[in-house]
Amino acid sequence: MSDAKPKVAFYWCSSCGGCEESIVDLAEDILKVVAAVDIVFWPVALDFKKKDVEAMADGSIAVSFINGAIRLSEQEEMVKLLRKKSQLIVAHGSCSHLGGIPGLGNFWNKETIFRRAYLSTPSTENPDQTVPLEKTVLQDGKELTLPTFFDTVYALDQVIDVDYYLPGCAPPRDLILSAVSAILEGKLPPKGSVLAPNKSECDTCDRNKTKPEKLAIKEIKRTWEVVLDPEKCFLAQGVICLGPATRDGCGHRCINGNMPCRGCFGPTDQIYDQGAKFLSALASILDTNDEKEIDKIVGSIVDPAGTFYRFSLPKSILGRRRMEDIK
Amino acid sequence: MNNSTFEPRLVGFLCNWCSYTGADLAGTARMTYAPNLRIIRVMCTGRVDPQFVLKAFKEGADGVLISGCHPGDCHYQEGNYKALRRYKLLSRVLEQFGIEKERFRLEWVSASEGVKFQQVCNDFTEQVRRLGPLNLSRNGGKNE
Amino acid sequence: MTQRITIDPITRLEGHGKIEIFLNDQGDVDRAILQIPELKGFEQFAVGRPVEEMPRITPRICGVCPTAHHMASTKAVDAVFHVEPTPTARKLRELIYNTFMMEDHTLHFFFLGGPDFVVGPQASPAERNILGVIGKVGLEIGGKVIRVRRECRDIISYLCGKVIHPVSCVPGGISKGLDEEHRLKFLETAKFAVEFAQFALQIFDDVVLKNKEYVDLVLGDAYTMRTYYMGLVDKNNRVNFYDGDVRVVTPQGKEFAKFRPSEYLEHIAEHVESWSYIKFPFLKKVGWKGFIEGESSGVYRVAPLARLNASDGMATPLAQKEHDRMYSTLGGKPAHNTLAFHWARLIEALQAAETMVALLEDKSITDTNLRNIPTQTPSEGVGIVEAPRGVLIHHYKTDERAIVQEANLIVATVGNSAAINMSIEKAAKAFIKKGQISEGLLNMAEMAFRPYDPCHACGTHALPGEMPLIINIYARNGELVRQFKRSFAPDGSDSVE
Repeated sequence: MSDAKPKVAFYWCSSCGGCEESIVDLAEDILKVVAAVDIVFWPVALDFKKKDVEAMADGSIAVSFINGAIRLSEQEEMVKLLRKKSQLIVAHGSCSHLGGIPGLGNFWNKETIFRRAYLSTPSTENPDQTVPLEKTVLQDGKELTLPTFFDTVYALDQVIDVDYYLPGCAPPRDLILSAVSAILEGKLPPKGSVLAPNKSECDTCDRNKTKPEKLAIKEIKRTWEVVLDPEKCFLAQGVICLGPATRDGCGHRCINGNMPCRGCFGPTDQIYDQGAKFLSALASILDTNDEKEIDKIVGSIVDPAGTFYRFSLPKSILGRRRMEDIK
Repeated sequence: MNNSTFEPRLVGFLCNWCSYTGADLAGTARMTYAPNLRIIRVMCTGRVDPQFVLKAFKEGADGVLISGCHPGDCHYQEGNYKALRRYKLLSRVLEQFGIEKERFRLEWVSASEGVKFQQVCNDFTEQVRRLGPLNLSRNGGKNE
Repeated sequence: MTQRITIDPITRLEGHGKIEIFLNDQGDVDRAILQIPELKGFEQFAVGRPVEEMPRITPRICGVCPTAHHMASTKAVDAVFHVEPTPTARKLRELIYNTFMMEDHTLHFFFLGGPDFVVGPQASPAERNILGVIGKVGLEIGGKVIRVRRECRDIISYLCGKVIHPVSCVPGGISKGLDEEHRLKFLETAKFAVEFAQFALQIFDDVVLKNKEYVDLVLGDAYTMRTYYMGLVDKNNRVNFYDGDVRVVTPQGKEFAKFRPSEYLEHIAEHVESWSYIKFPFLKKVGWKGFIEGESSGVYRVAPLARLNASDGMATPLAQKEHDRMYSTLGGKPAHNTLAFHWARLIEALQAAETMVALLEDKSITDTNLRNIPTQTPSEGVGIVEAPRGVLIHHYKTDERAIVQEANLIVATVGNSAAINMSIEKAAKAFIKKGQISEGLLNMAEMAFRPYDPCHACGTHALPGEMPLIINIYARNGELVRQFKRSFAPDGSDSVE
């Protein structure tokens, strides 16, 4: 077997599997990809033992695509190992890029999550108050282990050095294909780049032309309380849409499903904190200077942090809710 | 840490035309006020990006103040109204992050209100002293 | 004397899963345990979220069956708002849902479960994958599988914005409708889907049922387990994926319970073990008696075979015929043969396809009245659908502003978690005796696991279609005595050493 083909690996951390699915959705195109590379490591499909990866020479894997957020000790160990063995690491999907939906766990901690899952949910019958333990010793002395569950969820680059980011939940097909081609052809942008255009969504959104000259709204509407107009800009309808603070490149799939954007592509290059940027944008379009009216409108916005940071909580400037605040 | 010996570290974004000048006035009049506020001058409170506030807290501030021209008096017409709206929304977000409302303040202090500036400084310092240190760095561990 | 065997598959589960097998002094299997080392905490971080956002958050529980979560969540949100979808919206949701079932089931069969069946358990590992399937049944089929999958996913993308993590179902209806042009286009896909499902069943017939060795395995004891069965049924007790009541039958096939989604807490409880992050649901009225089968144990099963067992039949004619044929082959209803899940899966795919056709032939599906706006104060609601992998329950409690205060989720595969453990143990006990581990163990253990199609099955296993396994055999003193490793090489060859 020829050794000329670059070695590629895929790994998943705290992931839903959607990014793995997105590889399969390349459908017929995947065969071209598979023919061009040597997949040496894909836990869902190939024999994998940590020892095998450890045995590989450092830097012998050309590129590793890692999806999922870091939530467990096992995931941290694996990604650190892959970093050693790979020339390039691509953070694949929102979770590894920004923390993703699992990042919402950063409003809580291990104790509250365990308490809910194993003790307080109405269907759980647990008179002994059993919770998962890192080490269980069975009656006959045998030990069973589980990896450590962290208090905080991390994006990939908070744990290892990342070379490129493929954004989206899940990344769209054409973005993956162009990223893979760029890697195979060696035509990559500077290290640390997000492999998607550096513009906000509104730039290419079809509904942009329906925005009035000056966008100013007097009321915020939640998606349950109105029939969403299939053509008008959501913000112009008073519906929160994170388009202005979100990077372009997704193809506006959610918008085409007649639902507003929730920011899965993350911010553009110039922004540190996507949620804060969106907050600014929203504040700018509120059509009032009267403090009482401002209070009223702002009061009607529910769950601002969970909405503005829906996908990016771990990568936000604050990163997580203050531990002392959690009871 | 004993709260009575805790010295809050406060960051203040003061607009050039009103509040910064007001603070200057307090200084030149040799008014005594708590030294805890580190002042950052901006041309207008409308310049204060929420990211600045978040960064200040992240970098160790126990409290953040934004102070600008009174409504209607903004040198750039509407900048302070923008700041007001952002402040209201950001306060809500900070609460969800576990940062108490009282640590984040918006005040209107004009160029001639040296006394008000003195009062705001002292009041804010005591208020944050009562709340205690924010200690954000004790969170999670790997965030940067 | 070997004491313990560790099987380290890392596929089809969120992240990682490992199987530990403990031998007694005679070298026979004492216990087998499947540990799931993965948890995200959705039930906690749902708190504080606007309830109408849950259908956009919960699909991230699983990227393979996000549509199932999107739908169960939407139904729970409808219940929270005390609102029903408009008739057209309901038809659209049913269309989306059946399309999804069809696509998901088909993919599983051809890429994952199918290879076991189609190529046969004794076939070499090199053949036990989609390529082997194609080799056995013809090249055309590969193209057809890809085509039906793509076209079905196009329907979902069109109506839901995205196929991985759909967005458009909303309280009281749906945000996007169907026009006449697309109705006709999708009707073509639906008809092709029916053809394809029949084709798949034909393959099953030709290649599996005509292979006596395999039939023996299906009917054999190692893969048989007598449990309760649970599934959604319509008013006539026919299998329904989108809506209905939950019905439970005893291992003898008698109706044990039938309840509305809102009553699930009276019937389903979850047990916790400290060695796994996953919970083990059981029937409350029977009680948790441990990992044992039979009428006195509260363990139940979900997913294709369980659904068919729990019903009085299929809701569509062609699927009903296949249903009858299956049960007469298996010797009556209920069928306890774990491997028959694969068969039931194809029958369900056929029903899903037939339902797609019926919905798309109805012109009123292009109607534009898509929303009933909620008017009542939100409070609490339960939404249940049949995910490909089992009964999926979403339960939310909100305040009067519709902000989630509590969430409870019982997620499909979890319904089978006790049963999967037991199936693995049973297979291990059948094939590991007196400390002798046969080469077949690798395949056999896998086969106990795969029919349940736990969580991350599907397309992630595009080419190999088999679960890589490592079996470590330790001596009493902890020393590694022997290791079986099945590895996969990218050129399609395979080795067992």
